[in-house]
Amino acid sequence: MAIFVNQNTKVIVQGLTGGQGKYHGLRNKAYGTQVVGGVTPGKGGTDVEGIPVFNTVAEAVKATGADASFIAVPPKAASAAILEAAAVGIRFIVCITEGIPAQDEARVYNTLVRDYPNTRLLGPNCPGIISPGKCNIGITAGEIAELPSTSKKNVGIVSRSGTLTYQALYELKQRGIGVSTCVGIGGDPVPGTNFIDCLREFQADPETHAIIMIGEIGGSAEEEAADFIKANVTKPMSAYIAGVTAPPGKKMGHAGAIVSGGKGTAQGKMDALRAAGVKVGQNPTEAGTLMAEIIASLN
Amino acid sequence: MDLFEYQGKQYFARFDIPVSPGGAADTVDEAVEVANAAGFPVVVKAQVQVGGRGKAGGIKLANNVDEVRLHAGNILGMDIKGHVVKRLWVEHASDIAEEYYASYTLDRSAKKHLLMLSAQGGVDIEDVAAKDPTAIVKLHIDPVDGISEATARQAAVDARIPAKAVDGVAKILVQLYRCFTEGDCDLAEINPLILKPTGEVHALDAKVSLDNNASFRHPEWEEYRATEELDAREQLARTHDLQYIGLEGSVGIIANGAGLAMSTLDVVNQVGGQAANFLDIGGGANADVMAAALEVINFDQNVKSIFINIFGGITRGEEVAKGIVEAVGRVKLRAPMIIRLDGTNAEQGREILKNAGIPESILKSKPTMLEAAQAAVAIANGK
Repeated sequence: MAIFVNQNTKVIVQGLTGGQGKYHGLRNKAYGTQVVGGVTPGKGGTDVEGIPVFNTVAEAVKATGADASFIAVPPKAASAAILEAAAVGIRFIVCITEGIPAQDEARVYNTLVRDYPNTRLLGPNCPGIISPGKCNIGITAGEIAELPSTSKKNVGIVSRSGTLTYQALYELKQRGIGVSTCVGIGGDPVPGTNFIDCLREFQADPETHAIIMIGEIGGSAEEEAADFIKANVTKPMSAYIAGVTAPPGKKMGHAGAIVSGGKGTAQGKMDALRAAGVKVGQNPTEAGTLMAEIIASLN
Repeated sequence: MDLFEYQGKQYFARFDIPVSPGGAADTVDEAVEVANAAGFPVVVKAQVQVGGRGKAGGIKLANNVDEVRLHAGNILGMDIKGHVVKRLWVEHASDIAEEYYASYTLDRSAKKHLLMLSAQGGVDIEDVAAKDPTAIVKLHIDPVDGISEATARQAAVDARIPAKAVDGVAKILVQLYRCFTEGDCDLAEINPLILKPTGEVHALDAKVSLDNNASFRHPEWEEYRATEELDAREQLARTHDLQYIGLEGSVGIIANGAGLAMSTLDVVNQVGGQAANFLDIGGGANADVMAAALEVINFDQNVKSIFINIFGGITRGEEVAKGIVEAVGRVKLRAPMIIRLDGTNAEQGREILKNAGIPESILKSKPTMLEAAQAAVAIANGK
C-alpha cells in the first residue's frame, strides 16, 4: 500500500515538451512510473523519447487511460491546465509550477471543490509525491527515497517545503528506514492538498506505521493539523518546523511563509504539535533521529 | 509588495473607489502647489510604511499656504521609527461625521476571501477585535462567486453601519473587492472609511499589499517597484532576480528552496551564529544564478563566512558546482565558503569542485548540514 499513487497510477505530463516537463517527466519514467503520455497544445502526434504527445488532456486520457497528471507549465498557463485535467476526470493532479498568483489559486481551489470533488490537486509550487518503488510524480530524486520494508516499520512523510522534503527522505535513507509515501504539499497560500488530507490517508494506510511532518512559518495549517492529530492520529509522529529565526513581516521565499501580527510563528506551531503528542526536532536531522527512535521502538 | 498610502489611493482610484483630491509632493514648493489645487484646508501626510504616523507628528492639518510650508518643511526628512520621510501626500481635508473599517484578505484556513467590516474605524482593528469582537463582521466570500451588492449591503447592516451610510458603504465594498481580486492584492484595507456630514462615503486612507506572483499581468506595478524600500544589498539581489532578505549577522547564506533556506538560518542560529541574510536561489538554479548569488553575498561587508546549502531536486549539483567555480574566477570573495551538496547529481558536483583546484582556505566541503553550519559559524565567530 501507499497513499494517493502506486504502481498502477498512469501519468500524463502537461508540458512534456517544455524544459522542466521533459527533464522530470523522463526521470519519473526512468524511475519506473507509468508515464503514458504528454500534453502540449499544437504538438499532438509528436513524441518525447517514445512518450506520445497529445493536443489536449481529453485526447491523452482517451488514448492512454491516464488517471493522474503532472503539470509543469508556466504560472500564466497553470490554472487553465489544472481545470482542463479536472474537467476530463483526472483523479490526481500534481502541479509543480511556482509563482501562480494567489487569486488564481483561490479560484481554482474553490472550483475544484465545487465542480470536481473527485479530483485531488497536490500543489501548486510543490515537489510532488513519491511512493518509493512504485510511482514518482514530480521533481524528487527517486534514489534518495528508501524503499518500504515488508518486514520492518515504514514512515510516511508530509512536508510544506520541497528541499526539506528531500532532506527528510535523505535522513531516513541514511538510517535505512523505509518510506511508504512522501508527499510535498507545497508552500503556497492555497495548497490543493493540506496536512490533514495526508495525515488522514497515512492513518488509514496499513503500510505506514509512523509519520514525519515538516512545516514552516506562516498561516495556521500546522496548528490545525495538531488539532486533527490529537483527535484522529494514533500513529507516532515526529516533526520539524522551519523558520524559528525568520524576522516578522518578511515573506521568506515561499509566498505562504510569513509571520504576520505575531501569528504563524514557528514556536507557536511547535508548541501546538508537542501538545498533540508529536516529537518535535530543532532541525531536520533531529526530526530524523527522533523518528529513528520511534521506529526502533516499534520494530 | 506594500504600497505607500499615496500609491494605494491612486490604485483605489483605478477601481473608482472615491478618495480625497490630492497629490504627492517631494518638496515644500510641490506641497504648496498640490495644496492649492486640492483646496484648503489640507492634510499633509508623511509617506512611510509604518504605523503611528499621526502620533509621531507626521500628519498635520494646514489652513493656508504658510501652514503648508511649515508642516511640509518639518515632516520632510523626519525620522518615524527608523523610516525617513522622503515624500508627502497632500489632500483636501474632509469633514468627518463617522469612521468605519473595511478590508479584504485571503483566509488561508478557509481558503476563501475574507471581508472584515466594522462601524468602529479610525483605530487599530486589532484593538477593536480585542475589546469588542462583535463589532467586526467577518464574512467569507467564495472566490468563484465574488460579492454582490446585496451581500455587501447585508454585511453593512450586520456591522451596524447607520442606514444613511449603508448604500455608500455597500458600493465601496463591491469596488474594493474588484480592486482586491482584479488588482491582485494580498490585502486591500480602508481605515478609516468615512461618512461625510454631506452623506458621501469615501476612503480616507489606503493600505494595499500586492501579490508579487501576479506582476506578469500588471505592467503598471513597475512604478511601485522603483519606490520600494530596499537596502543596498536587497537592491543588488533584485537586479539579479534573487529571493534575498538582508539580516544582521555574519554568516552569508545561499540555499535552494525557501524551506531549506529558512532551516539553514535556524541551524546557524542553533550552533551559535547569526545569518547575514536569507537567500533562496530557487528551483532549477544554474551556474549563472549561483555566481550572481555569490556576488550579492560578497557585497555585504559583514559577511565573514559563506554557507552554501544545496539539496538538489530541480536544482542540479553540477550546475551549482560550475557556478561556484565561475564565481571564484570572476570575483574575489571576501570570505571562505563552506558547502554541503546533496541530492540530484551531487556526486558530479563534488567531482567538479574537487577538480577545480580551489584551495581549502576558500572552499571546504562538509557532509551534513549541521557540520557545515558549525564550520561556517566557527569561521564567522573568529575561532
